Amino acid sequence: MTRPVLKRKQFLFALAALVPVLAVYVWVRIMPIGEILRLSLHKWDLISSNKPFIGLANFRELFQDDLFLTALSNTAIIAFGVLAITIPLSIGIAALIHHRMRSRFAGFFETAVFIPHVVSLVPAAMAWKWIFDAKLGPLNAMLASVSIEPRAWLFDPFWSIVCIIVLCSWQALGYAVLIYLVGFRNLPRSLYEAAVLDGSTGWQRFRFISVPLLKPITLYVSVVTLVSGFNVYAQAFVLASDSQGAPGRQVRVLVLDMLENAFRNYRIGYAASEAVVLLLIVLLLTLVQFSLLRDRSARP
Amino acid sequence: MIRANRDAARLPPPATSTARATQAPRPGRARRKARLTDLAIDIVLMLFCLAMILPLVLLVANAFKTPAEMLTWPPTILPREPTLANLTAVLGDTPLLRWILNSLLFAVLSMIAIVVTSAIAGYVFAKFRYRSLSVVFAIVLATAIVPFEVYMIPLYFQVQGLGLLNSTAGLLLGYLVMSFGIFLIRQNVIHSIPDELLEAARIDGAGEWWIFLHVVLPLLRGALAALAVLAFFQAWTAFAWPLIVATSKESYTIEVGLALFQTGYTVDLGRLSAASAVVLIPSVTLFVVLRRHFVEGIAATGLKE
Repeated sequence: MTRPVLKRKQFLFALAALVPVLAVYVWVRIMPIGEILRLSLHKWDLISSNKPFIGLANFRELFQDDLFLTALSNTAIIAFGVLAITIPLSIGIAALIHHRMRSRFAGFFETAVFIPHVVSLVPAAMAWKWIFDAKLGPLNAMLASVSIEPRAWLFDPFWSIVCIIVLCSWQALGYAVLIYLVGFRNLPRSLYEAAVLDGSTGWQRFRFISVPLLKPITLYVSVVTLVSGFNVYAQAFVLASDSQGAPGRQVRVLVLDMLENAFRNYRIGYAASEAVVLLLIVLLLTLVQFSLLRDRSARP
Repeated sequence: MIRANRDAARLPPPATSTARATQAPRPGRARRKARLTDLAIDIVLMLFCLAMILPLVLLVANAFKTPAEMLTWPPTILPREPTLANLTAVLGDTPLLRWILNSLLFAVLSMIAIVVTSAIAGYVFAKFRYRSLSVVFAIVLATAIVPFEVYMIPLYFQVQGLGLLNSTAGLLLGYLVMSFGIFLIRQNVIHSIPDELLEAARIDGAGEWWIFLHVVLPLLRGALAALAVLAFFQAWTAFAWPLIVATSKESYTIEVGLALFQTGYTVDLGRLSAASAVVLIPSVTLFVVLRRHFVEGIAATGLKE
């Protein structure tokens, strides 16, 4: 077979294989992403059939909307709260697990830390809902046994957010530990051997070799944690929705506010502009990650 | 002593022997101290790990407890009088098995779709070098950043337009492709399948499809397994999407079913725990069995840099 014939055959294969996949990709990803950008500039209340173009009016309204602003600040507090707990804890736990890699429990450590990350969100959230429960929960029972005043954790505007942060951190930790473990494994061993020869302590090696060298991983895990923090929904839905039926006691988060605007208030265009705000936040975080990474690699 | 060691290290023996040389002359006390430190670390890790899984263990335990025992402090890990009453009650109250079946079908179909589309696209993006392809790949990478929550409202209207609300097909529409999967397979093809292998097969007269099915796919087995596990759990634990697409009680996935069930007025803790345990036990078992694949897949997500 001659070369051009072969080349053409390859081209035809690439085309025939890729086109259906790309068609699906455009259909279920590109199109809806384009549509959300378009809708955000339109006023579309599901009941009326016309969708006038209104420019940035949706966004202007958003930033005067108390519910949205509450949702935005709650979500940001949750995202950064999860970050503040997850990063230091996960790098520490990963360092300890990595140090004890040859321990006979290493497999158990990895699995146990990781399980909260894989189990279904709702049952896991229900376990925590029970723990925090005012009347039935072991948290209050435990506090009572050391005579600390019990609290209705999930009904307090401040503590309910803390509860969500605890739940989300518990779930995010396993992923972060896993990524850090991969990072630890890829660190140059010679550096540690040299440091051992110089009589350094384990803590010094962790603080002055591992932490700086793992900075790109820390950056990556931070952005992933923040992005998933900004998308928090199921956790707030379960923890802060209450079986006692007192509406309005929910912790309002971005996705919840967006879905409520779309499917309860039928304001699709308005909800779309919230989605675009979420997208902009995610883009900003990713941009920060990349520019920080570039800074590092540019340095001699 | 440190200085002496440093002097010894100035000689150029292989790295491993340096390490041994520093350890061998260590007095017994230092070694005992190191072993004690390791023991302390093991204990700390063990306590921490037990604390991590304790909420789930207690939840499963609650499923088999009587209402009175659930309130005892400290909580018991093994129920004193195990009962199946909660379980039978919840199976009577809710179509729990139906929900599990819905989730299972959704997760398996999504897994198949994602594995197939990622394998094809990942291979083509890795091995066929046309300028237009790199542009397309850049677009795929760029859209990978966009969270699902951002575009699920328009996607909902697409599903509605097709008349697929409250169906597995409708759920599936959101989970047919995974940008990260395409990326993962592409990386794997680049690293594990040399061009020479494909060229050799072509010279032997093999067709492109034959090469893909019989040369490429078998070499990607590990990566595809990791991706399959990841895709399955992604759909299995999906929440926001099924919540808006599946709104009739028969079409709920297990996550949505449980979440809405727990908001009911008359629901007690025992039945909630039983329902959760029914979901938790199989998925934790599945995870422990597939742990290696899973860890590989997840670890690969962090290797983008």
